[in-house]
Amino acid sequence: MQSFKKVKTIITPLDKVNVDTDQIVPKQFLKLVQKSGFGKFLFYNWRYDDQEHLKSDFILNDTKYKNSKILVVGDNFGCGSSREHAVWALQDYGFSVIIAPSFADIFYSNCFKNGLLPIILDDKTVEKIHQETGEIEIDLENQIIKTSSGEISFAIDLHKKKILLEGLDDIAQTLLYEKKISEFEKQSKIPSVL
Amino acid sequence: MGKTLFEKIWDAHIVVEKENSPSLIYIDRHLVHEVTSPQAFDGLRMNNRSVRRPDLTIATMDHNVPTNNRTLPILDQTSAIQIQTLEKNCKDFGIQLFDINSPNQGIVHVIGPQLGITLPGSTIVCGDSHTSTHGAFGALAFGIGTSEVEHVLASQTLWLEKPKPFEIRVEGKRKNPHAVTAKDIVLSIIKNIGTSGGNGTVIEYRGEGISDLSMEQRMTICNMSIEAGARAGLIVPDEKTYEYLRGRKYTPKNYESLVDYWRDNLKTDNDAKFEKNYTLHVDNIAPQVSWGTNPGMTCDVTESVPFPEDFSKGDQNQKKGAEKALEYMALKPGTPITEIKIDRVFIGSCTNARLEDLIEASKVVKGRKLSSHVRAMVVPGSQMVKKQAEELGLDKIFTDANFEWREAGCSMCLGMNPDILSPGERCASTSNRNFEGRQGTGGRTHLVSPVMAAAAAIEGHFVDVREMDLN
Repeated sequence: MQSFKKVKTIITPLDKVNVDTDQIVPKQFLKLVQKSGFGKFLFYNWRYDDQEHLKSDFILNDTKYKNSKILVVGDNFGCGSSREHAVWALQDYGFSVIIAPSFADIFYSNCFKNGLLPIILDDKTVEKIHQETGEIEIDLENQIIKTSSGEISFAIDLHKKKILLEGLDDIAQTLLYEKKISEFEKQSKIPSVL
Repeated sequence: MGKTLFEKIWDAHIVVEKENSPSLIYIDRHLVHEVTSPQAFDGLRMNNRSVRRPDLTIATMDHNVPTNNRTLPILDQTSAIQIQTLEKNCKDFGIQLFDINSPNQGIVHVIGPQLGITLPGSTIVCGDSHTSTHGAFGALAFGIGTSEVEHVLASQTLWLEKPKPFEIRVEGKRKNPHAVTAKDIVLSIIKNIGTSGGNGTVIEYRGEGISDLSMEQRMTICNMSIEAGARAGLIVPDEKTYEYLRGRKYTPKNYESLVDYWRDNLKTDNDAKFEKNYTLHVDNIAPQVSWGTNPGMTCDVTESVPFPEDFSKGDQNQKKGAEKALEYMALKPGTPITEIKIDRVFIGSCTNARLEDLIEASKVVKGRKLSSHVRAMVVPGSQMVKKQAEELGLDKIFTDANFEWREAGCSMCLGMNPDILSPGERCASTSNRNFEGRQGTGGRTHLVSPVMAAAAAIEGHFVDVREMDLN
């Protein structure tokens, strides 16, 4: 996994609550067996009409936001299905940071496995960021968002922050505990399936 | 202070614990399917890793398998590749696979319990959010993403932050348990606590309204915990739980001694503390019908489509959401639910495609005919359910009424296979999600119970199934 670097772009404001992972990547695109190439399917039914032409009324299709790496959304973003394809699509499209008042649990945890930073802020602050038209800077190291009108600090679990900043391979870290895992297995009451 | 069942299971599975950090939790059962696993196996290969415990890992294909004639080749090439990929991965890594021709094939959350793989007090994961289903057996079961699938394959563990325990009490007795079902209980709960009401929690369902339920009904309740945002939902096991799992294909040989241990240990202590509480009284609840584009947008069958301002109770975002939902669903506020006409009916999914669901639906259908403008399909949750249903003659009841009787799979719950709605079609569905486009681009989903779906199929519009004679 790549380590998380500072991000400085304008935001893309998506004014919706309860955006579910079926909207982020519709199911017909879950049949791929690799992790790459999902960006073109991001918000597919909102971005394209039934002739696969870009819809002019959907915010991502406004060229102004083409280079934006920061998506600002409403409550409970990423609810529904556990599909990690949602995170792969957001990243492949170009987003590095998602800001929302709340995220669904599985989506939130999937973000950290891929180097995508989800930032939780209260409703009022998210609303304020929504109004930003200029570039804002996300500084994960110092847990600060720099905007035209000042700095906003954000909270994040230290362990998760470390994973993003160092781009750690989760599994390699875990396998360092091999001895503990084996000890656990020796005393486990739950038998094998077969 | 006492502990909840969830906390006891959690504590019994901690491999590594650090202060203010996630804990490393041991996973007893890992269920794998074709859609969320290919990239995980790829990751193992790239890093030269093996599957740590193939004996705790079980795979099947359910999400994109066709539900028509199984002797025909799969026409959709990308689906076929995904299925072949799972076959190859299971072979390469030594994992037991119930493939498309296996008598044990079916929706992963239907076959787990049916085969005795799901066990009380265990931790169960799967790359599918409806893994919460297995909580009906007093297991801690939850959905994970593909990176976590890879992590479990490699290490049989996961780093997890401890969710908060949430008590949902279901009190009272339903007046007509054949017409007002487990689905109506869980939809009522989600309607009241909202689709994010359970975020960050593990729900424990308790009370008379839960202990009265059969195991299959309890699975319907736990299955939809994720629709309230909860990581998992569970129910303290009782004699019904132990009886259900007795003598199944993979029930452990030392089962009775395990049951003795579980009887003593798998309980929530009287002085255990929950972080959140909610109580639903079921004496007077009605059959539920969803009208919007998330499962919280649900009302009684006797009500009308709500006005967004009434639904939102002053929250501007909720109001906007409801307006958008009504536009997508092509519904006018104030329309009685029973005046909504439907085009399609889907009886299936990990929520409602078990034998009891099909038996109950068949009582509505028996001796009646499908409305002439409706197409209806019944998709059993597993090949075992299909076989049992056929032994009872249910297939005949459905096909006599002009319903389609199909092979097992997830089917139109998420429409990854050819079973999808056309744009604008309206469906009474026993599945779990009414998200935009979930059952097909432009399709409109109304979530209901199996008996409500069957009744709508017969009448061509929603009806209050309490008013029908059930055979």
